[in-house]
Amino acid sequence: MVRSDYLSWGRVLRPRQTVTRPAFMGDVAAILRGSRTSVLPFGMGRSYGDSCLNADAALIDVRALNRLIAFDRETGVLEVEAGVTLAEILQYLTAVSEPERSWFPAVSPGTKFVTVGGAIANDVHGKNHHSAGCFGNHVLSLRLLRSDGTTHLCSPSQETALFAATIGGLGLTGVILSAVLQMKSVPSLWLEVEDIRFEDLAAFDRLNAESADWEYTVAWTDCLARGPQLGRGIFTRARHAGRLGPPPPAMLRFRRSMPIDLPGFALNAASVTAFNALYWRRAPVTPTRRVSSYEPVFYPLDAIGQWNRIYGARGFHQYQCVVPTVTAPEAIPALLNAIAAARQGSFLAVLKTLGSRPSPGMLSFPMAGTTLALDFPNRGAATYDLLNRLDAITAAAGGRIYPAKDGRVSAGDFQRGFQNWRDFARHVDPHFSSSFWRRVTAPFESSSNS
Amino acid sequence: MRRVVIFGATSAIAQATARLFAAEGARIFLVARNAERLEAVAADLRLRGAAEVHTTVADLTDMADHARLVEQARATLDGIESVLIAHGTLGDQAESERDPTALLREMTTNFLSPASLLQALAPVMAHGTIAVIGSVAGDRGRQSNYVYGAAKGGLRVFTQGVRHRLASRGVDVVLVQPGFVDTPMTAAVAKGGPLWAKPERVARDIHRAMARGGPAILYTPWFWRWIMLIIRLVPDAIFRKTKL
Ligand SMILES: Cc1cc2nc3c(=O)[nH]c(=O)nc-3n(C[C@H](O)[C@H](O)[C@H](O)COP(=O)(O)OP(=O)(O)OC[C@H]3O[C@@H](n4cnc5c(N)ncnc54)[C@H](O)[C@@H]3O)c2cc1C
Repeated sequence: MVRSDYLSWGRVLRPRQTVTRPAFMGDVAAILRGSRTSVLPFGMGRSYGDSCLNADAALIDVRALNRLIAFDRETGVLEVEAGVTLAEILQYLTAVSEPERSWFPAVSPGTKFVTVGGAIANDVHGKNHHSAGCFGNHVLSLRLLRSDGTTHLCSPSQETALFAATIGGLGLTGVILSAVLQMKSVPSLWLEVEDIRFEDLAAFDRLNAESADWEYTVAWTDCLARGPQLGRGIFTRARHAGRLGPPPPAMLRFRRSMPIDLPGFALNAASVTAFNALYWRRAPVTPTRRVSSYEPVFYPLDAIGQWNRIYGARGFHQYQCVVPTVTAPEAIPALLNAIAAARQGSFLAVLKTLGSRPSPGMLSFPMAGTTLALDFPNRGAATYDLLNRLDAITAAAGGRIYPAKDGRVSAGDFQRGFQNWRDFARHVDPHFSSSFWRRVTAPFESSSNS
Repeated sequence: MRRVVIFGATSAIAQATARLFAAEGARIFLVARNAERLEAVAADLRLRGAAEVHTTVADLTDMADHARLVEQARATLDGIESVLIAHGTLGDQAESERDPTALLREMTTNFLSPASLLQALAPVMAHGTIAVIGSVAGDRGRQSNYVYGAAKGGLRVFTQGVRHRLASRGVDVVLVQPGFVDTPMTAAVAKGGPLWAKPERVARDIHRAMARGGPAILYTPWFWRWIMLIIRLVPDAIFRKTKL
């Protein structure tokens, strides 16, 4: 069935795609056999750009593959079908949590409405990347179906090359049918949290250095602040607290939903600047410690369904890059300055220090350094000009951009950022493709210095 | 602990409803055609809290087998309190127009088979609720799917009768009338707009109705009651001109 209602989270593109929806794992092989165009698996569509889209070709919506298969309460090993979401896993772990021990996903991105397949394919990272690495570091094994009809059980010790390619493999190596994941043992599902306001990037670095015994750290930054205020923000750190009565309830639905696309003029430089300044001031000057359920700390945006409509019908881009530790002190201010000067950023600028634990994934995004992520309402050429300038700063710093968030990076910048993309390409299933992949593997004129 | 029997247990709506029973620690007996799928569903329900899950593979169009199936479920669970009859096919209207065998097959899966199950269940149940999945398509015949619609419409009258028959015994019978549900069964239909509901939403309504024993006819989501009221009331002279 050709449809145009399968979008990514940024809603910039509205491609036509043939969509099938297997109800059981056993149905996928027939779909692969029957497809005359290239195919791509599709999860919850929480990727922002075109990496989960396959324009004028086929998508396999895997969300009905959402069954739990097995859980070992002693070891925390959970086996699920690939369409199970983190929200469902959290609901399940809440239900089975015990007074002395609870289990929690080892790594979680900033929304729980992602599938396990999608989390593996983007090798997502969370607020604990500095200690726990990526999602792929906690995948014990996965079952992958290729278009030739073969099923591969991949793990760190079996079919290792295919395992490495599939983690962070952008859905291009086959359909992940199921996965075995290691959950993390925690004293409770409650968190101890501190919010600390900081004045500049030096203070951000200091807070990172001081937070060694905090498992989760992340900072919101006021991306429109300039001059001496450049890089100011609010640093949040959290860790699992001891048991405090029954576990917090797991929410599966939104409290509120954006009913419509907001008109384009609602988010302008003035309103965003005002919001950011207010938000920064709202945080107390002296750090406050509180105890919270994990929901508002991990998934603040999940409380509002379809919040992406706030950016209007033209959609938005998210820009997320990482720059290595050595170049970060110059690159991060340069990026923030460029954004503030263009007066284009939005509310959700996030700064986080990534750790050095390597992921098994060949095409994984994280590297030891600093990552910056923020939203840009789609204003056409002005937006693309700015994003290209940011690309140049990132590339000069030896960094790279995150495919899960991208819808426009040039083939050259992608290929320079992910040097081993050709090795990866050898594992791509010949019947799989995506709009992103066609774009970033197009031949490009290499610049004079490379 | 509730004792629940589900026919057509691998359908999306049945699975979503079964998960709600599982979360309550119910004892569940599942019937479906495909052993591998059935096992995947059963494992999921066990993990989600069901006290026990039993499975039986059966082709529900084989009506001679119904009495035995019901007896097996009764014996396994030591009585039956809640039943969901959820099997069905969307059918191909055009094929049923050409081929009487296809017409018969549609009628068998969507009307005769659930009707026969109701007959087999009626004498066995002492209390509780039987829910049968019908369809808003059964409320008025339309050119695009009157075969499916007639089967579901027949089921509506049949269910009404069984409800009447069992009322004195304290057994409630609920006809579930879902609107458009976003499931693999409807994957081939372009979705858009607010009328499409998730199976989880429909399951919550069914689960509640099964606990309460009513209403006699459950429209889910609720607004279909009003949509179908209007569709039933449109005069034939106007209805004939629509393409529905
Ligand atoms: C509010 C918000 C916050 C976020 N925060 C973070 C964050 O902190 N860290 C981070 O890393 N990311 C973050 N993300 C991005 C998000 O985690 C990733 O895009 C994630 O991969 C989305 O999963 P999905 O199920 O929606 O997959 P989709 O977006 O639908 O697909 C993602 C990729 O997975 C592939 N895929 C999906 N299912 C399968 C399968 N079964 N087999 C093989 N391939 C498959 C697709 O082909 C595609 O390439 C955030 C996104 C949002 C909207």
